[in-house]
Amino acid sequence: MNRNVVIIRTGSANIASVAAAFTRLGVGSTVTSIAETVRDADLVVLPGVGAFGPAMKALREDGLDDAIKSRLEAKLPLLAICLGLQLLFEFSEESPGIPGLSIVPGTVTRFQPHLRTPQMGWNEVLPSEINAASGTPPLLRPSWMYFANSYCVRTPPPGWECALTQYGGSFVSAMQKGRTLACQFHPELSGAAGLSLIKRWAALAAAKEPAPC
Amino acid sequence: MLTRRIIPCLDIDGGRVVKGIRFQGLRDSGDPAELAARYEAEGADEIALLDISAGKQSRIADTQTIARVRAVLSIPLTVGGGVRSADDADRLLNAGADKVGLNTAAALRPELVSECAERFGSQCIVASIDAARSLDPRPTWNVRIKGGDSRTPLDAIEWAVRAESLGAGEILLTSWDRDGTTSGFDLDLTAAVAHSVHVPVIASGGASRPSDFVEAIAAGAEAVLAATIFHEARFSVQQIKQFLKTQGVEVRL
Repeated sequence: MNRNVVIIRTGSANIASVAAAFTRLGVGSTVTSIAETVRDADLVVLPGVGAFGPAMKALREDGLDDAIKSRLEAKLPLLAICLGLQLLFEFSEESPGIPGLSIVPGTVTRFQPHLRTPQMGWNEVLPSEINAASGTPPLLRPSWMYFANSYCVRTPPPGWECALTQYGGSFVSAMQKGRTLACQFHPELSGAAGLSLIKRWAALAAAKEPAPC
Repeated sequence: MLTRRIIPCLDIDGGRVVKGIRFQGLRDSGDPAELAARYEAEGADEIALLDISAGKQSRIADTQTIARVRAVLSIPLTVGGGVRSADDADRLLNAGADKVGLNTAAALRPELVSECAERFGSQCIVASIDAARSLDPRPTWNVRIKGGDSRTPLDAIEWAVRAESLGAGEILLTSWDRDGTTSGFDLDLTAAVAHSVHVPVIASGGASRPSDFVEAIAAGAEAVLAATIFHEARFSVQQIKQFLKTQGVEVRL
């Protein structure tokens, strides 16, 4: 792995931790809010801390929403983290009426009121059973990962390989399609398991484009 | 299932880890980056780093130390010390913090909590409360600020509830009476706050034996923070977590 990773500046995120994770893997990183750079980079990370509405506003102001969409249409690698996963969907209860990137159908919902929220800490990530049939070595493996979220996606979207986690019922903790990996947890804060996942994603991203399915 | 967290705490002064009793009589306990790496290897779920002289010296926590710790750490890092504005919090996040602890400045000007939560999200903002038990027959706790030096009339439970409503995503609840004493957690305090808020509560101050951690969790703590027993290697993080597991507490091993 000697390619550079581009981290999208979403205004308010723990970018230093994301960059530190790549440094540990021997991969340099740059942080940018320039749409062209995001569109053309080898590896792109969409980190996310903060609220759905303000994050979408910031992406739109810089034309980053279109840059991300065009990457995905071209099947270029993307790693979306935490709020980054939620931004791929159409709407979120966090910011009613504000559309997301709408790459995946569905709405992000808040954890039920009886649960301590945010969900803060380590929880078990288990690939859903459907994945076993896919034949390729799975990117998502059973592991403990670190979460810090108040909102989640309850229904696995069709066409994505998903991993699920329990918090007041199951929710989508990770989803993968081709070279796009979206994690509700923070792989950059999940110790050896998280670093291993980032490494596998980067290796997959560097490989020849997988056959369309 | 979401597991309970064990959080070793590094009190920082002049770039070194220190520890005293009730925030006084500080003794050198080692290098922050070395200790942080050791605790992660032992299975720590998170690290807290509190710059105890930042507030008194009217500066924010030492960003060089934060960056050094961040470089060796791949688990979450909460940093507190001298934060008076959202821009201060931003500086700590840029240096490598994942969550920011707000203490004295927030107790004096509660809007600081909402300013930070709106900008960085609630999951990023920890209300750090130092609570001192009063002499009332019925237990009540007052908030202490300025590293414990100054007693306020603020009720600790009411402040925790207010901080949650302003957007704090977590309460770091330290018993000032028990801090550094290894005489067990103030379980009444932990229970009173945990039952009054819906965000996670981190119990802190007084950890001595593995059973103390079980009791703090039974009292309602989502996470338990300790310093002295880990710095003095009385128990490793791993030993504490293994004991918790034998007691039926879900932990990441």
